[in-house]
Amino acid sequence: MTLRALLTPGKYLTLILAVLFTFVPLVVIVIASLKTASEFATTGPFTPPGNWLNLANYATAFTQGGMVLGFVNTALIMAASLVGTILLGTMAAYAIDRFEFRGRGVVMALFLIATLIPSVTTQVATFQIVNAMGLYNTRGAAILLFMGTDIVSIYIFIQYMSTISKSLDEAAMLDGANRWTIYWRIILPLLRPAIATAVIIKGIAMYNEFYIPFLYMPDKDLAVLSTSLFNFKGPFGAQWEVISAGTVLVILPTLVIFLVLQKQIYAGMTSGATK
Amino acid sequence: MSSVTQLAAPPVAATPAAPRPRTTRRTVLSKVLPWLFLILPVGLLLLLTYLPAANMVGYSFTNWDGLSKTSRNVGFNNYVRIFTDPDLFQVFFVSGYYLVGAFLQMGLALYFATVLSFKVRLAGFFKGVLFFPYLINGVAIGMVFLYFFEPGGTLDTVLNGLGLGGLVHQWLGDPDVVNYSLAGASIWRYLGLNFILFLGAIQSIPGELYEAASIDGATRWQQFWYIIVPGIRRIIGLSFILAISGSLSVFEIPYIMTGGANGSMTFVIQTVNTAFKFHKVGLASAMAIVLLLIVLVVTAIQRKIFPDEKVDLS
Repeated sequence: MTLRALLTPGKYLTLILAVLFTFVPLVVIVIASLKTASEFATTGPFTPPGNWLNLANYATAFTQGGMVLGFVNTALIMAASLVGTILLGTMAAYAIDRFEFRGRGVVMALFLIATLIPSVTTQVATFQIVNAMGLYNTRGAAILLFMGTDIVSIYIFIQYMSTISKSLDEAAMLDGANRWTIYWRIILPLLRPAIATAVIIKGIAMYNEFYIPFLYMPDKDLAVLSTSLFNFKGPFGAQWEVISAGTVLVILPTLVIFLVLQKQIYAGMTSGATK
Repeated sequence: MSSVTQLAAPPVAATPAAPRPRTTRRTVLSKVLPWLFLILPVGLLLLLTYLPAANMVGYSFTNWDGLSKTSRNVGFNNYVRIFTDPDLFQVFFVSGYYLVGAFLQMGLALYFATVLSFKVRLAGFFKGVLFFPYLINGVAIGMVFLYFFEPGGTLDTVLNGLGLGGLVHQWLGDPDVVNYSLAGASIWRYLGLNFILFLGAIQSIPGELYEAASIDGATRWQQFWYIIVPGIRRIIGLSFILAISGSLSVFEIPYIMTGGANGSMTFVIQTVNTAFKFHKVGLASAMAIVLLLIVLVVTAIQRKIFPDEKVDLS
C-alpha cells in the first residue's frame, strides 16, 4: 500500500513532464508567430506577444511564402492519389481474397517483401523511371508514386474483406452478377469503414510527405506544403516569426483532423503502422 | 513399394485428361479474371518498386552518372569503396545515436503505455498529447526543433531558468552534440507510434488476468513482468525491427534540420546526395543495395528468433 501511495504521485509527475516536453516546443512556436520582427528580436521565447491577434506573419507566409499554392497543390495531389490508391488497393485485395488462382502466393509475397525495401534509397533508380515517363516536374510524379507504392492500404482492405461473408458474393452470382458488378456494387460499398481508415492514414502520410515532392517537383509552382515550408529556410533566413507562422499553418490542419477523428486515427494507426 | 507406385500410376496419369473436355469459355475467363483486377496494382508495384530495385543492382556495378548515355562496368569497385572509404562508411556509426535513442523511446513508450492502461485521470488527454507529435509534418517538426535548439533559444532559456546554464551548448553546431540533439528530436517525433502500438497490445490482454494475479497477491511490478511483457512480446519484437531498420535509414529530421552538416550526415542522406548532388548513380546504387541487404538480414534474424512473429499486419 505504501509503495502504491508513493507511485501514484510519481505517475502523474511523469505524465505532466511528458505533456511539458510535448507542448513547450510547440507553444513557443505559436508565441513567436504572433510577434512583430522588432518584438521578436528584443524578447525571449517565453515572453508573450504584445498583441495576441497579430496575424501579420501569417499573411506574409500565405502570400510571399507561397503557402496558398502549397495548400492547393497538396489538396490536388491528395485527392487524385487517394482515389487512385483506394481503387487499386480494393481491386488488389478483391482479387487476392476472393479468387483462388495460380500465382496468388507470389502476388502476396511481392506485396509483403516490398514493405521491407526502404523507399528513400530506391528513389535513386525510381527517379530514372519517373523521368523516362516524362513525369519529372509534374504533379503526376507524386500522384503515381503515392498510389503505386501504397501497400499498407492493400493489407487493411484484405483484412477487412476477409470479414465480409462470401455468401453475399455467391448470392449475387446466382442472380447473374458478374465479378466486376460484385466488386463495384457489393464489396466496395461494404468496405466503407476500411476505406475511411485507409483515407485517414494515407491522407496523413501524403500530407506529411517531404522527399517525393522535394525530389520530383522542384518547380516553384508545384510546391506542396512540406516543400514550401522547407523553402522558407532560404528567403526568410532569420525571420523566425514568419517561419513560425508557416510552421503553425502546416500543423493546424493536422491538429483539427486529430481532434475530430481521434478514435479512427488510433484504430487506423495500430492496424496500419505494423504493416 | 515400387510395385505399389506402379500400380497406382496409370489412374493418376489418366485424371488430368478427364476435365479437359469440360474446359469452357467460363473456366478460361475465371483464370484471367483475377489478373484483370491485379494488372494495375501489381503492374505499378513491379514498375515502381521491383524494376528500380533490379535496375539498382545493375547500376551498382557501373560508374554511371545518371545523365550520359554510356557507362563503364567497374565490377565490385563501388562496393569496395563503400567499405574502404572512411568518408562513406563512417556515417554508419551515426546510426548508433538513433539506435540508442530508439531503445530509449521504446522504454518510455512502454512505461507510458503501462501507466495509461490502468486507471488514470485525464487518460484520454495524456494519450492524445503523447501521440499527436507522430502525426505532425516532418518539415514542421524540423522547423520547430531548429527554433528550439537555436543559440539563446527555447532550450537555452529553459536551462538558464533552471540554473543549469552550464549545460548550454551549440546544440546543432557542435559535432560532439548535434547527433544527440537530432536523436532527441526523433524521439519526440516517433514516441507516439511506439506508445500507441504498446497501448493497443496491452489493452487487448484480458482484464481477468490482472484480477486473478492480484487475488494471488502479485504486485504491480510482477503483473507488468509476467502478464504485460509476455502478452505484448509480438509487438515488442516488431518494434525492435522498426528501431534497427529505422535508425539505419534515418533521413528526414537530419536532412531538414542540418542537411547532414557538422557531423550529422547519415547513410541515406549520403546516398541521395551521392546520386542527386554529385551524380554518381553507380556508387549511390551500391550504397542503397548495401542498406537494403542489411535491412533484409536484420529482418531475417528477427524471424529466426521469433518465428511466429512476422512483420505483417494481423
